[in-house]
Amino acid sequence: MDRIPILRMGEFLLVSIQVDMHDQLAMTLQDDLTSMIERTGARGVLIDISALEMVDSFIGRMIANISGMSRILDAHTVVVGMQPAVAITLVELGLSLPGVKMALNIEKGMAYLRAQRAAEEGDGPNDLRYSDDGGAGYGTRQE
Amino acid sequence: MWHALIMRVHNAIQLKNPSPSFVGEVVSTNNQGTDMPKNKSRIAEILKAHQDDLAAEWVKNLQATGTGKDSRISESQLREQTKEFLVLLSEAAAVGGDVHSQAWNATVDFLEDVSRSRVQQGFTSEETARFIFSFKQPLFARLRAELAKDHEAFAEETWAATELLDKMGLITIAAFQKTREDLINRQQQEMLELSTPVVKMWDGILALPMIGTLDSARTQIVMESLLQRIVDTGAELAIIDITGVPTVDTLVAQHLLKTVTAIRLMGADCIISGVRPQIAQTIVHLGVDLQGVTTKANLADALSLALKKLGFAVTRTKAAN
Repeated sequence: MDRIPILRMGEFLLVSIQVDMHDQLAMTLQDDLTSMIERTGARGVLIDISALEMVDSFIGRMIANISGMSRILDAHTVVVGMQPAVAITLVELGLSLPGVKMALNIEKGMAYLRAQRAAEEGDGPNDLRYSDDGGAGYGTRQE
Repeated sequence: MWHALIMRVHNAIQLKNPSPSFVGEVVSTNNQGTDMPKNKSRIAEILKAHQDDLAAEWVKNLQATGTGKDSRISESQLREQTKEFLVLLSEAAAVGGDVHSQAWNATVDFLEDVSRSRVQQGFTSEETARFIFSFKQPLFARLRAELAKDHEAFAEETWAATELLDKMGLITIAAFQKTREDLINRQQQEMLELSTPVVKMWDGILALPMIGTLDSARTQIVMESLLQRIVDTGAELAIIDITGVPTVDTLVAQHLLKTVTAIRLMGADCIISGVRPQIAQTIVHLGVDLQGVTTKANLADALSLALKKLGFAVTRTKAAN
């Protein structure tokens, strides 16, 4: 498999990494995802890494990079389903991935993306850009 | 460390006795001639001939020194053990050779068994060692009676017997020590398992009351079990309570920060509670940066914050009495 599929679901894009990432695969994903966001005008990206069992520092950085690029292209990005072993490895590697929104599972990740969208629609674009306090998104939706 | 020490003692003994047959060696280097094969097994011979007398004297000796009087071990048991040991010893001594050779296996195994049972019965190392050392006196007395006329042979046999019994004593102590160490290892393992309970506080809130000093191995286990529970339950908030952690140094703080980071990487959030005043002072003095980590003084505050974050509210429906 030389490509990771990117699925479109409404205004969101879904990326599910089901194989062990190697460096070239990560680079291809980076290219594909950024051009896909540009082409579809997606407002949110969900990256599922629950099947990813091995990471090195490069893959860790790629996850952060992809997330950062999507943000620049005005799509909220959430990485979901990180395995405990992967989390421990990243911490030991000194990668805490600041600025990347994490969620426990797809359900919670989607809820976060929808909340971000709802907040944007409701309050106008200026309010949310800076309220980067993660969980606050849940509350905004109900209010 | 003890293993190393004991190994060194073993090596030292082997160096002293480069020849594999030390019982025979002492005699054979000094007694050349026709009576060599006879002299070679003098100790074995004596042991065999006077087994019952020796056993009786030995038990008497043991009782006099205190081990026998103990209620933890009965006289009949003591008799059985001494008798069995004498049988094994005389058989092994008849073959000769080094204590580490095949012929001595049964004797060594028996001694190790005795040591182990002594540990279980709660004897001290001194009392355990006395089992072997109190055999010296009856054996020497017997040697003296047997070799009264031949002073040289007596001196040599005494030396051989001393060496033999010292080695037996060392084996006993080594086995004693090993049994104790196994016990400590097992207890450490059990403590690790016992000290990492992850508690569900509420829907979506987990708590981990940490007790005892945090070292790398423990933090690893704590981290793994907490992260696994977060995956299993889908909890969004984890509270780490450090009320039971006696001291916090830079290493402990680093371990805590690692755990918090890992939890965040999984997509959950973490609150540290139970920070005592002294610990707060230490953390600031050490210059540990806990910025970005939510800390609370006690578990109740942490729980109320967690509930609030998840959108729950606690209200009192009835005034307290």
